[in-house]
Amino acid sequence: MEQSMLHLSLLILFIPLAGFLILVFFGKKLPRQGDWLGTSLIGITLLMALYMLISKISSMSTETLTYSASWVILRNSSFGATSIDLGFMIDNLTVVMLVVVMLVSFLVHLFSIGYMKGDARYSRYFAYLGLFTFSMTGIVLTHNLLMMYIFWELVGVSSYLLIGFWYEKKSATNAASKAFIVNRIGDAGMFIGIMILFIHFSTFTFEPIFSGLAAGDLPFQSTAWLTAAGILIFCGAVGKSAQFPLHVWLPDAMEGPTPVSALIHAATMVAAGVYLIARMFPMLTAEALIVIAYIGAITALIAATIALTQYDIKKVLAYSTISQLGFMVMALGLGAFAAGFMHLVTHAAFKAGLFLGAGSVIFAMHNALHKKNDHHTDAQDIRNMGGLKSRMPVTYWTFLIFTLAIAGVPLTSGFLSKDEILAGTLAFSSLNGHYLLPIIAFTVAGMTAFYMFRLFILTFHGNHADESRISGLMESPLTMTIPLLILAGLSTFVFYSFNPLGASGGWFFSAIERPASMIPEALQPASAEIFNQAVKALHTPALILSVLIAGAGIFGAVWVYEWKKSSADVISQNFGALYKGAFNKWYFDEMYQYVFVGGTFILTKILRWFDEKIIDGIVNGAATLSERFSVMNRWFDENIIDGLVNFTAWFMGILGFVLRRLQTGKIQHYLAFVVLGVLVFYFIFV
Amino acid sequence: MELQFLGIGILTWILFLPIAGLIIILLIPGDKLKAIRITATAITGIQVILAAVIFRHFDRAIEGINSIEGFQFVEKYRWITVEAVPWFGRIEINYFLGIDGLSVLMVILTALIGFIGAISSWTIKKQVKGYFALYMLLVTGMMGVFVALDFFLFFIFWEVMLLPMYFLIGIWGGPRREYAAIKFFLYTFVGGILMMLVMLALYFSVAVPDPETGEMYHTFNILHMMNPAYYVEGSILAGVDTTWRYVAWMALFINFAIKIPLFPFHTWLPDAHVEAPTPISVILAGVLLKLGTYGLLRISFPIFPDATMYFMIFMAVLGMISIIYGAFCALAQDDFKKLIAYSSISHMGIVVIGIAALNTQGMVGGVLQMFNHGIITAVLFLMVGVVYDRTGKRGLYDFGGLANQMPKYTGIAMIGLFAALGLPGLNGFVSELFSFLGAFEAYRWIAIVSVFGIIITAGYILWTLQRVFLGNTPEHLTSLKDLTTREMVCFVPLIILIILLGVYPAPAIELMNTSLSYLTQIVTVPAY
Repeated sequence: MEQSMLHLSLLILFIPLAGFLILVFFGKKLPRQGDWLGTSLIGITLLMALYMLISKISSMSTETLTYSASWVILRNSSFGATSIDLGFMIDNLTVVMLVVVMLVSFLVHLFSIGYMKGDARYSRYFAYLGLFTFSMTGIVLTHNLLMMYIFWELVGVSSYLLIGFWYEKKSATNAASKAFIVNRIGDAGMFIGIMILFIHFSTFTFEPIFSGLAAGDLPFQSTAWLTAAGILIFCGAVGKSAQFPLHVWLPDAMEGPTPVSALIHAATMVAAGVYLIARMFPMLTAEALIVIAYIGAITALIAATIALTQYDIKKVLAYSTISQLGFMVMALGLGAFAAGFMHLVTHAAFKAGLFLGAGSVIFAMHNALHKKNDHHTDAQDIRNMGGLKSRMPVTYWTFLIFTLAIAGVPLTSGFLSKDEILAGTLAFSSLNGHYLLPIIAFTVAGMTAFYMFRLFILTFHGNHADESRISGLMESPLTMTIPLLILAGLSTFVFYSFNPLGASGGWFFSAIERPASMIPEALQPASAEIFNQAVKALHTPALILSVLIAGAGIFGAVWVYEWKKSSADVISQNFGALYKGAFNKWYFDEMYQYVFVGGTFILTKILRWFDEKIIDGIVNGAATLSERFSVMNRWFDENIIDGLVNFTAWFMGILGFVLRRLQTGKIQHYLAFVVLGVLVFYFIFV
Repeated sequence: MELQFLGIGILTWILFLPIAGLIIILLIPGDKLKAIRITATAITGIQVILAAVIFRHFDRAIEGINSIEGFQFVEKYRWITVEAVPWFGRIEINYFLGIDGLSVLMVILTALIGFIGAISSWTIKKQVKGYFALYMLLVTGMMGVFVALDFFLFFIFWEVMLLPMYFLIGIWGGPRREYAAIKFFLYTFVGGILMMLVMLALYFSVAVPDPETGEMYHTFNILHMMNPAYYVEGSILAGVDTTWRYVAWMALFINFAIKIPLFPFHTWLPDAHVEAPTPISVILAGVLLKLGTYGLLRISFPIFPDATMYFMIFMAVLGMISIIYGAFCALAQDDFKKLIAYSSISHMGIVVIGIAALNTQGMVGGVLQMFNHGIITAVLFLMVGVVYDRTGKRGLYDFGGLANQMPKYTGIAMIGLFAALGLPGLNGFVSELFSFLGAFEAYRWIAIVSVFGIIITAGYILWTLQRVFLGNTPEHLTSLKDLTTREMVCFVPLIILIILLGVYPAPAIELMNTSLSYLTQIVTVPAY
């Protein structure tokens, strides 16, 4: 089994890469531009991943298989001979994540066949999807931080390429660059964190680092550096999982094709941050974890408030994604490990479903508007929708299931995981205080139910404002509706636990256990045992509270938007500045633009000026000075030295001129001069 | 290790082939352009083959640096010997060549970039014969610096290189070529004088016994200069940690820092790049800048280990400033070539913080970064050359939407730009990683500050990508043709290396690991 696991994971990693290379070089020459090739290759890897999942989970073991191969050997470094290894680590976390990635990737491939039909760069699109799947698989399989970082950056590039896929649009390329650079800020932190660990342990591999820590060997023998390393590596997750304060890139990333949003910016890549935290969990100190928990909670709250006010269907979903990611991050920070990771999995299914559903709506709206030659109406604005229910039944019903799941209504998958997280927040507070965390968590849960039903009702219910505008609106083709149906099935509870009201007895919770903390006891958070007991004790109140809150949120949305008992405009006016702030995304973009982007540009201008005027000024000044000096020299040379020479010559000339007068050529004159001379000498000397 | 052909060592071949080429080119009538171009390309092509032979036969386990036994492909002959000059004694200058793990990668780089530059020079239209003649001389000069082990020889090649470069920029350059050429010349010339003074000081300080007669004589042998036992008692550079040794180190450092170029000695570079014709920019960034860091490693570090340790932090700080400063300045440019010039300053800063770390991983990272940066900037300058040849423009705002118009070109440019950005999977990442790992161990905060350079780098690279390649193709660019076969021949080998060394850098690292860890040891655990 070990050998077959290794071979399968190698194949799962490299088949998507092969697909990418084939499609990049030969895509246009293949029949149908190779869409079938990309899709079926991912289909094959999905089957392999499923096989791995089933055989791993059914063996009921939580053992970890690792495979290592040396990449670079550095001899005689300050660490002696260091081998930098690449390799895989396969445990239950890995196989579950692999299936999530492959499944969503496969469904998105399938969906895209319909959605991207007729695009000018159709085959390039499938190539990029393959590149993304390859990079994401690398993150999932790795057993070391270096490979994590390598593939971390590679998913960043594939995300860049796909956000900017329609690169003729300025907004798309701006969004792509923004996503990459904001992520790089997080990655810089992550890079420093990785360096701290490497310099101390001279390896990138998780296992020896953790066992070194377990033996009491801390980076630079300091708990502060250990906490710093944890938080710095978490910075990578802050970027990739769009956590506050680096969340600003994700809403803009919606410029990419909608299926891409489903795959990368909802289900898989953005969840990589959560996966990273899960992988690093054994080395995170209680202090680092509390930072993580608060970052997650703040993110969840901020994003939920913004989602309440947006009108673009994809923007609402984007903020809801940020909010849900905040939930997961918070859960891991609290120590609700399995709950947080389960939410990653359930969220992947229903959020991918919501995005694909939104894609289906946008596709239909776009085609309907196109038929009417209407190019002004925004096909993504929910104010232009309404009454789509009867025209798109499959999309409607599946969307309803996804919405129920994200709102946390019992019988859905989302209920299971969210309920466990909420119970986790209560348990954490009962042990450590921090009452703000459960308050935020329950508030956000209520807001989620409200804004999701607001979106749902405005899109599908009621009457359309202008019936003729959408007279041509039709349900999307089968390649698009089949993925929706599959994801809707996966959004029900049965796949995760047979008990619809609690996940803790299901296979998921027995397969995914919180890993043991590997750091000195004084730095550890409350142990898994104590935590689980607290969760068990508080589960029933949490369950009741979460159902009530979800119900209240849904009721509120129905009250305002379905029954129109209160006017949404009046409510938002009552909230005044708060509403305005949320509607404007709390001005993060403006602030960053002003402070960081503006600041950087001013700095670059100053430095350029400094370079051209001061440094070069000194150089040119030195040159000018030597030139001046040589000019002066020349003047001195020409006027003073040469002057002296010339003066001498001139003087001699004058003298000659005078003396020449004496040369008369007459012997009498000469005789007279001689006599005169003799007389002069006589008077002088005698 | 010795390799000979026709009784002449392989290093002499690789060194003087271009001189043979120069003579042939001078014999060809000036209007036979094709013959001239083919000669130059063939000569540099043979150099690449010889470099491959060297790579194949190079023994990875020998240390080099300070003992003649550690060098490979050694050739040592008496070149100039003047017996019993009054006051000087015996003057001996040797023709002394050899390579070790420090220089082997640079020899390969020089051969490769020389070849790519020769192919790219086919677009030169003005005075082709003169151009290629000077080009050949330039290649010999660069190669000579990397293989010379006699300081006098080193100095000669160093200066030989200067002259053709001056004319190649000054005659075949852009509108402000004369300003740029004279600036380049003066900067490097000042540095050269400093180096000459140190060379003479070293010459008078070092004396070795003649193995036959036992008579003591002064020498230019670099390896002897590394041995504290050979310093004459009471001579100017004798001793450890003396003021004169610090002064000498600083004089050498200024000379090398000008070449690297390190802040604040860098301003000749943007001008020289902007005005130089494309192939000369490629040579300049690809090979010439590496001479600076190579000189530090070959001469300053092992001859003055005491001063090197003393100035280590100073060097690292200048490296850090160069990284950040270069990146910010690059962000402010609107000229494509200036942008790449400033990015070179930033990337060479990474070399400096790597080697100044004085540990093996930093050294390996630094030297690998020298090689990788050579390959990457060559691609970037060729990339600018492609659009400059077609449009006569190189402002970043003059372009847009080339992705639609020139897909092959865009694909290649993207790989080059992403390699410069330090994307994992491409070669730049590996060397940056090791440099930072080295720097981080030696001086944590300098490394941490330097890491922020990678964010700014991402900024200017992606912004360039966006301005030049993405967006709609403007009207005046719709007639542009994609890459020609000749251009592809220039790009493809470099791109292959970028990917290969990014995915599997072990062969390059093995080549230099032994020598560089030995060099580290010599500097940090000196012999005295």
